[in-house]
Amino acid sequence: MDELITMTAAELSAAMAAGEVSAAEVTAAHLDRIAAVDDRVRAFLHVAGDGALAQARDIDRRRAAGEPLGPLAGVPVAVKDLFATVGMPTTCGSRILEGWHPPYESTITTRLRDAGAVLIGKTNMDEFAMGSSTENSGFWTSHNPWDLAKVPGGSSGGSAAAVAACEAPLALGTDTGGSIRQPAAVCGIVGTKPTYGGSSRYGVVAFASSLDTPGPFGRTVLDAALLHEAMSGHDPMDSTSIDAPVPSVVEAARHGDVAGMRVGVVTEFSGDGYQPGVMARFTEAVELLESLGAKVTEISCPHFTYALPAYYLIAPSEVSSNLARFDGMRYGLRAGAGSAEEVMAVTRAAGFGAEVKRRIMLGTYALSSGYYDAYYGKAQQVRTLIIRDFEAAFGQVDVLVSPVTPTTAFPIGERADDPMAMYLADLCTIPTDLAGNAAISVPCGLADEDGLPAGLQVMAPPLADDRLYRVAAAVEAALVDRWGHPLLAEAKGLV
Amino acid sequence: MTVTTTVTYESALQRYEPVFGLETHVELGTRTKMFCGCITTFGAEPNTQTCPVCLGLPGSLPVANRVAIEYTIKIGLALNCSIASWCRFARKNYFYPDMPKNFQISQYDEPLCTDGYLDVLVGGKTVRVGIERVHLEEDTGKSLHVGGATGRIQGAEYSLVDYNRAGIPLVEIVTKPVPGTGYLAPEVAKAYVTELRDVLRTLGVSDVRMEEGSLRCDVNTSLSVRGSGAWGTRTETKNVNSLRSVERAVRSEIERQAGVLDAGGRVIQETRHFHEDSGVTTSGRSKEEAQDYRYFPEPDLVPVAPSSDWVEALRVSLPELPSARRARLVESWSLSELEFEALRNAGALEVVEQTVACGASPADARKWWLGELARRANDSGLEVSELPITPAQVARVAALVESGALNDRLARQVIDGVLEGEGTPDEVVAARGLAVVSDDSALLAAIDDAIAANPDVADKVRTGKTAAAGVLVGAVMKATGGKAAAARVKDLILERLS
Repeated sequence: MDELITMTAAELSAAMAAGEVSAAEVTAAHLDRIAAVDDRVRAFLHVAGDGALAQARDIDRRRAAGEPLGPLAGVPVAVKDLFATVGMPTTCGSRILEGWHPPYESTITTRLRDAGAVLIGKTNMDEFAMGSSTENSGFWTSHNPWDLAKVPGGSSGGSAAAVAACEAPLALGTDTGGSIRQPAAVCGIVGTKPTYGGSSRYGVVAFASSLDTPGPFGRTVLDAALLHEAMSGHDPMDSTSIDAPVPSVVEAARHGDVAGMRVGVVTEFSGDGYQPGVMARFTEAVELLESLGAKVTEISCPHFTYALPAYYLIAPSEVSSNLARFDGMRYGLRAGAGSAEEVMAVTRAAGFGAEVKRRIMLGTYALSSGYYDAYYGKAQQVRTLIIRDFEAAFGQVDVLVSPVTPTTAFPIGERADDPMAMYLADLCTIPTDLAGNAAISVPCGLADEDGLPAGLQVMAPPLADDRLYRVAAAVEAALVDRWGHPLLAEAKGLV
Repeated sequence: MTVTTTVTYESALQRYEPVFGLETHVELGTRTKMFCGCITTFGAEPNTQTCPVCLGLPGSLPVANRVAIEYTIKIGLALNCSIASWCRFARKNYFYPDMPKNFQISQYDEPLCTDGYLDVLVGGKTVRVGIERVHLEEDTGKSLHVGGATGRIQGAEYSLVDYNRAGIPLVEIVTKPVPGTGYLAPEVAKAYVTELRDVLRTLGVSDVRMEEGSLRCDVNTSLSVRGSGAWGTRTETKNVNSLRSVERAVRSEIERQAGVLDAGGRVIQETRHFHEDSGVTTSGRSKEEAQDYRYFPEPDLVPVAPSSDWVEALRVSLPELPSARRARLVESWSLSELEFEALRNAGALEVVEQTVACGASPADARKWWLGELARRANDSGLEVSELPITPAQVARVAALVESGALNDRLARQVIDGVLEGEGTPDEVVAARGLAVVSDDSALLAAIDDAIAANPDVADKVRTGKTAAAGVLVGAVMKATGGKAAAARVKDLILERLS
């Protein structure tokens, strides 16, 4: 393996700044890697190729001209295919948007371009971010670089797989019910769901507006922090964007430390349905935190039990409205002929996949007159109770911890026809989305049963994203020290 | 087909009591759209005033226009409403090609303004129209259906959509049902829209042009059998695009519904379309199976929470509203309500007030604007305010008459000159030589000539029949080209023949 592709973003950045390697060489190495392995991983729906090389050469030129460049200058970033990008198609993993070239750019990709990052391609995902495996992609299923017969998680499975397969050091994802943390966990990398409103949604095609949160993937905690900081900050184009300083996540990632920190273990996230190997690694991680000086207590968040059903009313309700615009009238697929109504109906029937249709139906029902109070209204009340659970917990501890997802990566096809089993993958991640606070997934070892990675979830109050990185960096440092190498060095899927 | 009998308006009113309500949509005159920065100028090339947000492109997000919220609060205050201290936008979900997102951002159960009223004057009486709510939403695009007979989507060959209008801020003002106006219902409805239009214009929040669609009305009408106390089923009439149509639509629905009820039928709850040419309504879509809009709070926007300081500042900044102005002018100009209405209906309030401000007496100002100038405006198809003469010029003409320098006849010629672009009143007087002849010696010569030419008349006057002097005055006026002051001429004649 070319050593450029195994370097972290931080290392690449330093090497480029020192003139040891050019941005063009870095991008070319990653494009070569994609060409070599992506027929097996299938992480990318679109590879930028010449466009990425042109961006990289531009960075080299600016560097040569002595322009001050940020830490991401010349670093390739893979982009989940629901960020609107000029010059690259944006499909959201759906046939209904196949071939759509947005005439405008998302705030986050604009910021990354401005920071000199090289947008290397668009990654596969479950259609409109609905799913936990990429099996709901309208195009194909991505494969887990640890074991190609397994899913890479989802919905940001393409981004997670790309980073785990060293096709890019960094990637963008979005987290609505766990779509960053779950794939990060099952691919053995780091993924963060920032505080809702901390990262702009402008130009990020909506799944569930009140939940969608763009966030970073990296192979290390520091790399995730670098991308987190570069993509974050107030955006006047997004009314729900928070007008507050970005938490100093890079600084926190450089100074992992849990001494004296109060850590709460969520009681509700254990028991039936949790894979023993996942629980074993989680328990060890908690012991590790204790050994590093954290004060660990158990905390009950009683309403977390209702998070999954509440989520499956709120998110589909918003979906039913957000996805109404895909009707064949203005862009994307147009199918059928005759009246506008017929074209709309036929287009939507042809363009959307089964899971998207299921959620549109669920949401349409939940918002219907006469059912609103019992479903959407009640779910919003549950959401308030979950926020209160978090508030009560954060009155006693600084962070909460849990497994990220109950199991390791499952076999492709295993849950494809069982939506309830699929939904359970997000059991531990959904409360954070409903409450709008921040959480990170950091690798904590391999499950004994299958040798696949498990993740530790750290949850923090809104705008305390830096706390996540302080904890995650301490865990990462101690575990890498224990293992003698990064966890990903044990991934054998592509060997 | 429902069986109906033909019923005259008068006979309908003998058996039924009409109840009406109005939903008025007003496009706000903000520079930019409701949720994006696109400009709102009317009449631009189709689809040139659009962006990812108002086109509803995937990933785009709305940001509320603060000025539009401010305008809505002002409207609410002017209509005596309570202003919500916290409210949200909601999504109204339905599919239609001219709605880019297939939902409209509107307000549902949390409108910005609620529970107010507007007093309107009809036939010298004040009628209080209750205001249910005032809320803010975005307009849709505009469809042009080509190839069909009706201009509607049914039967059209194809449709074109212009999204320039999509996202223009729209305020919906909904009245409470208005019962008890009886025979006057159509007039009250029209007077309400007229008064509302004046309020909106005074506030400067909209150009309120019904012909450009910046003010649009839906009229709800129902009939209750007199004495029954129970309200009937209402219909909603759309496409009511002028003040006159508001009146005609209510009237026509009263007649139609009375016909249906008289024939033993029942009124169907439905949307009806008003036809400007025939003055009747025809059935649109039935509302009996009400569409479910699946309203829910718009998650892409944060709640609107106007602070009481802001609302109070807006209240203080409100201009004088038409009702206050009416009270003031009726009082200070000593007008009856009917005289005031005549002035307002002639569209002459503004110019008369300005003319008075330039020194004319209210009576003179009204006389010129409602008389001579109204006639000229009517002849040329203009509003009086559009005539090429300024209130200051009218005040000057009135002053010249007052001082005796002009008589009414000369004054009309001066106005002619001004309207024809010959300059100011003084310039026209000079150029046309229109000053009253005030030199008695010049007049006496003409009087002597007139007496000599009419000896019989002169004799009558000598014998005390002074009314006969009019003939002599007329002769003198003719001889002087109308430049004499008639009263002075008469005095001189009587002196001469005494």
